Amino acid sequence: MIKIKAKDVDVFYGKKQALFNISLDIEENQVTALIGPSGCGKSTFLRCLNRMNDVIDICSVKGEILINDFNINDKGCDVVRLREKIGMVFQKPNPFPKTLYENVSYGPTIHGIAQSKQEMDEIVETSLKKAALWEEVKDRLHEPGTGLSGGQQQRLCIARAISVRPEVILMDEPCSALDPIATAQIEELIDELKKEHTIIIVTHSMAQAARVSQNTGFFHLGQLIEHGSTDKIFKNPDNKKTQDYITGRFG
Amino acid sequence: MNKNKEQLLNKRYKAEQRFRLYGQSAIFMALLFLTIFIFKIFSTGYSAFQKTWLIVPVTFDAELMMLEQNPSNEDLQDADYYDIALKSMADLDLNANEDQENELKRMVSYFFEKEIKNELLNDPSLIGKTKEVYLTASDDLDQVFKGNYPRDLPENQRRVSDYQLKIFDQLVANGKVESKFNISFFTNADSREAELAGIASSFMGSIFSILVCLMIAFPVAVLAAIYLEEFAPKNRFTDFIEVNINNLAAVPSIVFGLLGLGVLLAIFQLPRSTPLVGGITLSLMTLPTIIIAARASLKAVPPSIREAALAMGASRMQTTMHHTVPLSMPGTLSGTIIGLAQALGETAPLILIGMVAFVNTIPGSPMDPAASLPVQIYIWAESAERGFVEKVSACIMVLLGFLITMNLFAQIIRHKFEKKWS
Repeated sequence: MIKIKAKDVDVFYGKKQALFNISLDIEENQVTALIGPSGCGKSTFLRCLNRMNDVIDICSVKGEILINDFNINDKGCDVVRLREKIGMVFQKPNPFPKTLYENVSYGPTIHGIAQSKQEMDEIVETSLKKAALWEEVKDRLHEPGTGLSGGQQQRLCIARAISVRPEVILMDEPCSALDPIATAQIEELIDELKKEHTIIIVTHSMAQAARVSQNTGFFHLGQLIEHGSTDKIFKNPDNKKTQDYITGRFG
Repeated sequence: MNKNKEQLLNKRYKAEQRFRLYGQSAIFMALLFLTIFIFKIFSTGYSAFQKTWLIVPVTFDAELMMLEQNPSNEDLQDADYYDIALKSMADLDLNANEDQENELKRMVSYFFEKEIKNELLNDPSLIGKTKEVYLTASDDLDQVFKGNYPRDLPENQRRVSDYQLKIFDQLVANGKVESKFNISFFTNADSREAELAGIASSFMGSIFSILVCLMIAFPVAVLAAIYLEEFAPKNRFTDFIEVNINNLAAVPSIVFGLLGLGVLLAIFQLPRSTPLVGGITLSLMTLPTIIIAARASLKAVPPSIREAALAMGASRMQTTMHHTVPLSMPGTLSGTIIGLAQALGETAPLILIGMVAFVNTIPGSPMDPAASLPVQIYIWAESAERGFVEKVSACIMVLLGFLITMNLFAQIIRHKFEKKWS
């Protein structure tokens, strides 16, 4: 089933066009990887999906992005509601400089999800459990989140993202600041999370794309060169450029 | 080739050594100036915290005070103390002629009648008895006792006569002159008499001005900074505003004083010489300082924190209020305190709005006329009496103490509450 349907998306930074005519379908409850060399626009596309590009004054987005058949670029779309449904994990772990508990409970608090303290405690616990962090931090929930190691911080950010039960989770190179062990933990986690969430991950590492994703899109110079099942893209790509990139001839 | 390289290396090391030397001598010079400055102020000022008292026997003669038998408290209030006060001073030299009696009277402050009255009010049973009473010495004798007075000047160039000095020396020899901690320097308002002048009025005036300044400048500046930094679109107009805020910070303070004079006093008819007007004027001056500090500390909050909050579905307002502003508060607060410390030391604008007036009452609210510490320094520095010289330095010491405390507080806030982010 198709969760997100992007149609002819163009993105401009001022006068410079960063994305050209991107059309891409994203399958529900699967992991879609976006790969490509630096500056190819894959992160820009990811940020279109929860309208994070709104933050950048000079950035403008054209085209349709349908999520559950609803165009999020419509004037009537409320970004607050949209971002409640579409969580995001960033490249560098960015926990709030508050306690672990406050980090995870922030989303449910502002969206009024929990009715009582008890319910909030449960949300925090399940979110941390799903992010495979609970066992490590259950005794120090009220210590600052910035005191954790890099990998733990990133899992805390994932826990924070899933605390509001988003339908989609966007991950912008979530492992690029982490060591191989922490990366392996996050990859395992992604595999687990796709049961309940649709995941789109931007990654620099082709090995990672091959390991975690079911679908892959290859971006180059602001264009979506090729997309399809990860198996096909990695084993038998249609496009020469994809082939070159996958085999490490450029990028 | 190799030798050349070695020479080059040596040259580089020497250049570095020279540079270090320059730096060290610059720091040495700065410390030297500071030490001289502080030493000068302390050495002239410390004596102002001591006050000289003459111990004079006073006979509380009921007849001279026009008191009936068994007087009530009210009678004691209304009694005539001038005659016994005069008599007790005149009695210091039983052979004094009329001129000399006058001179004797001027050896103590004009306040002496009241000091004698207070003595009796404290202990009404003194009526008819004689008691040694502490009387504030005149400012010139105070200076004589502290060794600051040039006794070897010819008599006609001194305010203290030979006769007064003779009597004073006798009193000193008899142990009837005492130096005590000068409480009245902190509890009295300004006075034309150096021995009675204190900083209470200007201290309270400064505090009220600073409070008014804080209450106006802080909210306005913080809101302006938050709006400019977090909400306003970045375009030519906001650039223009930013440039002008920086310009405002560079405007000489006397210009703000003229503004206060022309607008607050002339148009809005606010009460002259009051901390209210002073505070408003100072707040105009402090505003850009706080805006700049607040914007800098908002800028220092990493964008990743804002993105994290926005991506969680927080509105812009929530992102700002829940995350950015709390994180920027330590920097904003310490900037505010430094801005206030600047305002505290400001003299020129206050002179223009009339806070330079002679105020001998202690203000109870920002609407009462008051002086302020720096203006008090200016007023006293202008006064001719020798007694004010040490008061100027003492007042500078109080002001510096105030400023150092504020800066220390700013440092503590910055270090203690600054959050570290990864």
